[in-house]
Amino acid sequence: MTDQGIGASVKRKEDLRFITGKGQYVDDINRHGQTYAVFARSPVAHATINNIDVSEALASPGVLGVYTGADLAADKIGGLICGWMIHSKDGSPMKAGAHPALAQGKVRYVGDHVAVVIAETLDQAKDAAALIQVDYGELPAVVDVATAQAAGKAQIHDEAPGNTVYQWHLGDKDAVDAAFSNAAHVTKLDITNNRLVPNAMEPRAAIGDYDAGQDQFTLYTTSQNPHVARLVLSAFIGIAPEHKLRVIAPDVGGGFGSKIFIYAEETVCIWAAKKIGRPVKWVAERTEAFLADAHGRDHVTTAELALDASGKILALRANTKANLGAYLSTFASSVPTYLYAPLLSGQYDIPAIYCEVDGVYTTTTPVDAYRGAGRPEATFVVERLLEVAARQTGRDPAEFRRMNFIKSFPHQTPVIMAYDAGNYGASLDKALEMADYKGLAARKAASAKAGKLRGLGFSAYIEACGIAPSRAVGSLGAGVGLWESAEIRVNPVGTIEVLTGSHSHGQGHETTFAQVIASKLGVPIDQVSIVHGDTDKVQMGMGTYGSRSGAVGASAIVKAAEKIVAKGKRVAAACMEVPEDSVDFENGEFLGRGTNKKMTFGEVALQAYVAHKFDPEVIEPGLKEGSFYDPKNFTFPSGVHIAEVEIDPDTGHTRIDRWTAVDDFGILINPMIVEGQVHGGIAQGVGQAMLEHTVYDENGQLITGSLMDYAMPRADDLPSYNVAMTTTPCPSNPLGVKGCGEAGAIAAPPAVINAITDALGHEDIAMPATPQAVWRAVQKMPRKMAAE
Amino acid sequence: MTKLSLTVNGRRVAADIDPRTLLVDFLRNDLRLTGTHVGCDTSQCGACTVHLDGRSVKACAVLAASCEGADVVTIEGLASGTTLHPMQEAFREHHALQCGFCTPGMIMAGVDIVNRHGASVDESTIRKELEGNICRCTGYHNIVRAIETGAATMSSAQGGTKIAAE
Repeated sequence: MTDQGIGASVKRKEDLRFITGKGQYVDDINRHGQTYAVFARSPVAHATINNIDVSEALASPGVLGVYTGADLAADKIGGLICGWMIHSKDGSPMKAGAHPALAQGKVRYVGDHVAVVIAETLDQAKDAAALIQVDYGELPAVVDVATAQAAGKAQIHDEAPGNTVYQWHLGDKDAVDAAFSNAAHVTKLDITNNRLVPNAMEPRAAIGDYDAGQDQFTLYTTSQNPHVARLVLSAFIGIAPEHKLRVIAPDVGGGFGSKIFIYAEETVCIWAAKKIGRPVKWVAERTEAFLADAHGRDHVTTAELALDASGKILALRANTKANLGAYLSTFASSVPTYLYAPLLSGQYDIPAIYCEVDGVYTTTTPVDAYRGAGRPEATFVVERLLEVAARQTGRDPAEFRRMNFIKSFPHQTPVIMAYDAGNYGASLDKALEMADYKGLAARKAASAKAGKLRGLGFSAYIEACGIAPSRAVGSLGAGVGLWESAEIRVNPVGTIEVLTGSHSHGQGHETTFAQVIASKLGVPIDQVSIVHGDTDKVQMGMGTYGSRSGAVGASAIVKAAEKIVAKGKRVAAACMEVPEDSVDFENGEFLGRGTNKKMTFGEVALQAYVAHKFDPEVIEPGLKEGSFYDPKNFTFPSGVHIAEVEIDPDTGHTRIDRWTAVDDFGILINPMIVEGQVHGGIAQGVGQAMLEHTVYDENGQLITGSLMDYAMPRADDLPSYNVAMTTTPCPSNPLGVKGCGEAGAIAAPPAVINAITDALGHEDIAMPATPQAVWRAVQKMPRKMAAE
Repeated sequence: MTKLSLTVNGRRVAADIDPRTLLVDFLRNDLRLTGTHVGCDTSQCGACTVHLDGRSVKACAVLAASCEGADVVTIEGLASGTTLHPMQEAFREHHALQCGFCTPGMIMAGVDIVNRHGASVDESTIRKELEGNICRCTGYHNIVRAIETGAATMSSAQGGTKIAAE
């Protein structure tokens, strides 16, 4: 079984349906009598709604209904929620404005939902939506996060004076100030972490369906966490009680955070299905995705690092303004606070850290978690500061990092996190060797000879994954617990269904979770089915984000499997007529210790259901066990990425020549899948660093609103990656796994910028470092250096 | 309405369609061939790539009515019965897909790249040729490996796409 179990690069079980076109995404599902929803969206960034006239739209051919915020309010449908309470440093709770699914009285960003048209065909719904007449009283837009709080700026929500949601802080300000006043060297950087659009390739979609006979709602939705969607739609928005609402997230074409959240569109579709009495389908066009999917990042930060004369880091200080957009999305408040500042210690022993964060409303699309969620922003701050400090003090950037690495574990940082395990030097050593760091000077010389500029950049990242202990996140303001559930149903013939609250939207759970079963129960993976994404099948779950499915979801499966083995031992003992405590389970067989008696897993499963050979008052028939697993800590994946770039100074074109990634994810369940996650993460990080940028004009119009305008990384923008691992098992979960889904996106941006600035001899260049930006930077280079 | 008759995955198909109908919508909605995906609205992402008379096209940028008498192959028509096309096999072998949404378009584009550039197509050419297909999951590394392998196995396999298209 070892060729299929934990550690084997098993080919994915889910692939066959995807490579033959048999995947079932939401848009591939059609319900009998289905109607089509199209949303009328605000064309302006900020306005009062003086009047909405839907009469022409209602009279348009094929139209079944046109609804506005007033209709939702009349049905007592609640607004969308933000599930994480942040308190400002003065102790006051965050100041959140209402977030109605359809606008009530005001619109606050271009794309805000004004009305919905439901019609027999999609074209009829589109035609009718264009006939809705809205009288807007335009207000000034507030676009720039750095100035959104200034006096005189338009007020976006009455509840949040100065457009300030919270003014939060973490760490010991006095200790940090004292350390800075005694520093031998201070490095200061102004950093903009550019705003990104997630752009999962499958646009969001929803089908609301209502069965009047059963008074039962069914929502098909592109969700990373269908149970959380059901909870929010039931308990907060008030669609239906949970036992009357089924949420199905079938094959989902990528998420990257953007499909965690509970949005207006699915809320309206499931509500309208009852209103219309027929299924209601909505599928986002890509342009809608740009406008209405939660965006990512968008921080403006001033960061400082204090060193003593020997180069030892004394303290780190950061002040960040985080753009939260026009409304607080589901987890928006947590991303620039508890998912950000606690990571500012990086891999380094930093005695004192202080971070202030203002969460700010603007008249732009809501901003929430996007692959990495706060941790890329923190890593960018730390790794840019480290790099620049090394250069300013004349130190080798690798050795400067090494001298400041945390070297013993567990390590309590000054910003909440207790790192449980790691070996940062090992990753650095391996990365230096793989990247041929020693040969860099020669390669730089060769590039210079060819008229090119070569640079190398490090990124020694850490992240906190596997979010996380429920009591811990609860104490920090989370509205939910972050455990995960698993149920193992062993069939009488020994085949297995595993029901998991995790959700796979590309991660390969159908394979990796089956591998865990293969290792723990000795059953071949083709006899294991992984069931997920349906609230009628899986009782409860918290879903997939924050690289938590391995550390939390698979750990829950391990716990359930341990219960299966324990029950199996009791059944086997009765059948084999040996004492319960003398049964061992090895390689899928129950063995009577000290006897030649044994039963296969399948034989024990059959006997558990036949139930002829044990006393039902002692052993219950059947073989099915469940677990809710709550981790005792976050996990702390870490690693070193090294980017090496070559710049053409005449054009500013930057080519990534080499990418070295050495990651420590603890134990790997499927190395092939882990490497794939690293590749994809790097591509997204490179996208942020070199290509992707979300631009609003001063009126709040989204300039980069399509794939024609927003530069997604394509195959010829990227290199092949050289990926390797080091292994420090995670002591905080039974598998020793850490989580790998976000690492690349966290590690890559500072590696790229450190490499480009190394090539240019500049201290800084803003993301994205497009050819134009690089070319402009080249023009500022000392003449001799540029010409070399 | 416009009368349309064409061959899709080896079968003769006739339909009355709205003349505005895009090929991708005809395939997805009229024929229920939902393996061809729609990932954008500007012909950038390539998730809808199919073969039209032996060449890859973006089905979102082709009017169905212009396909009268044409021979269309979609991802559903690429395998030969239960035998996967070498490019499909290569994608699975190299873990060249994660969420699977761009995958049908990537595979159809990959087959077309090999048809035009031959078995020894190099990495640089593959990367340039994939310019019209966006993947957000894989970072392209494994897609490139898969197309390299698919190129080699297509040339050694008998018939390649023709088996499926007949």
